[in-house]
Amino acid sequence: MTNPSMAVDLAGVELKNPVVVASGTFGFGREYGQFYDLSELGGICVKGLTATSREGNPPPRIAETSMGILNSVGLQNPGVDTFIQTELPFLRRYDVKVIANISGNTPEEYGEMCQKLSDAGVDLIEVNISCPNVKAGGLAYGTRPELAAEVTCMAKAHAGKVPVMVKLSPNVTEIVEIARAVADAGADALSLINTLRGMRIDVHSHRPILKMNTGGLSGPAVLPIAVRMVWEVSSVGLPILGMGGVSDGDSAAQLMLAGASAVAVGTACFADPYAPIHVRDGLREIAARQGLSSVSQLTGAVRPW
Amino acid sequence: MRVETQCKILELTQLSSGGWSMTLESKGIAAQISAPGQFLHIKCGDSQLLRRPISICNWSAQRDLIRIVFEARGEGTRWLSQRQVGDSLDVLGPLGNGFSMKPDGKYLLVGGGIGVPPMLGCAVHGGSVCAAVLGFRSAQNTMLLEEFGQACPGGVRLATDNGSLGHHGFVDALVRQELSEHAGCDGVLACGPKPMLKSVAAVCAEKGVPCQVSMEERMGCGVGACLVCACKNTQGHYMHVCKDGPVFSAQEVDWND
Repeated sequence: MTNPSMAVDLAGVELKNPVVVASGTFGFGREYGQFYDLSELGGICVKGLTATSREGNPPPRIAETSMGILNSVGLQNPGVDTFIQTELPFLRRYDVKVIANISGNTPEEYGEMCQKLSDAGVDLIEVNISCPNVKAGGLAYGTRPELAAEVTCMAKAHAGKVPVMVKLSPNVTEIVEIARAVADAGADALSLINTLRGMRIDVHSHRPILKMNTGGLSGPAVLPIAVRMVWEVSSVGLPILGMGGVSDGDSAAQLMLAGASAVAVGTACFADPYAPIHVRDGLREIAARQGLSSVSQLTGAVRPW
Repeated sequence: MRVETQCKILELTQLSSGGWSMTLESKGIAAQISAPGQFLHIKCGDSQLLRRPISICNWSAQRDLIRIVFEARGEGTRWLSQRQVGDSLDVLGPLGNGFSMKPDGKYLLVGGGIGVPPMLGCAVHGGSVCAAVLGFRSAQNTMLLEEFGQACPGGVRLATDNGSLGHHGFVDALVRQELSEHAGCDGVLACGPKPMLKSVAAVCAEKGVPCQVSMEERMGCGVGACLVCACKNTQGHYMHVCKDGPVFSAQEVDWND
């Protein structure tokens, strides 16, 4: 048994441990901050921000599935300006890296938001080109390499010194192609996977559970897909924030072995508010048991057949 | 700091065809309850990813007890109904905002179906109550009638959808009668299906009596982080049932959404 160092580097940003909480599952930290000190976390990806506030989709916005959930929140958020004025100062009271997640309707909107967030001094910007729950922008940018590259260029041009991480959609035939396009356009890191489009129908009423009919699938059910995609995308050579079904040390370690430098915990928080803490402790235990001096030694250490 | 608590089951009884009563050793949760109408978010086995929000029916801070009454409707609540006395449950709570009641106020409590149990907490803990109007699908589905009888000095009136007990029809007709016959009601407090709440809210608006309603929506985290349990207000903004509610002023809610 060793006492492994838990700090990891993600695109030049030092996280005190590899556990981040995933955008859209953690609000702006206020709610789960009632359960534990947010400084325990490596980073917080805040609720997806848009240029102006959004009300989101009509309910029901959630449906439970076998070891997963479907959601169609639709990026309900107060807008980037309100985030900077009221939420960022709150998060700055904690010793935790703040990752701003943004979605735009146009490449220009992505650029404007990056400028504001860079000026406000967030630690990292996560560019969402993969939200399955909004019509404009969102997923459209994430499924076409040339559009993904255009958004990435615009974000990089306005983000200043703040590293830009692009969040990839799993709803594509060839994720490596998109990852390469984004890397060539100057992205500093990649995060994956966003949710998978899915649907659940009530057999009695013949109605889909979700009011938007379809939504994004997350939870333990998607872990193997996330592990496979992180493994494939690791060939591109950018640092990766891996996510999709992380609920314990084992699932987090799988994503790291596949190539992730850090992992994000999302849906698991709903069942267990302390899930990110348990994931961190589980990772430490795995690294210690394997005699590693640093948890970062797991990254990319898979030995494929 | 909030905590996740392991609560031991002290009592589990079937009350009606689908209704179950469960008393929990509260491990200090009862002492944190600020108003009737708050809820517990309960983990229902490992195969159910999401917790189940269940309203608090009654409690005793002094004896450290919480009683919930729930309907075994889906897999999660069925799992809950199959526990044994002595088992422990993983509980988050108390969550949400309950009914606002003046200690000396007179209220008309309105419950429909599985919306009935939280109204008992109002009757027991919320000042001097005027009356209760309770609606059920049929006589076989009634529950907690004796407890309401004891806790409601103003009397209990019943309605059933099929007329097998009490008034044949919905509760709003009885609410209208009550408000007409008894002046000086400080408010109507209601929990039940949305169409029932809508019609009760309409009667209250017509009679000029303040009305609070406990809303239901499919929930995720239960603490206000995931934003799934949306409920539209009259300004067109989405509020969230778990954090902003579950109890809202009826005037805030967009009943046409």
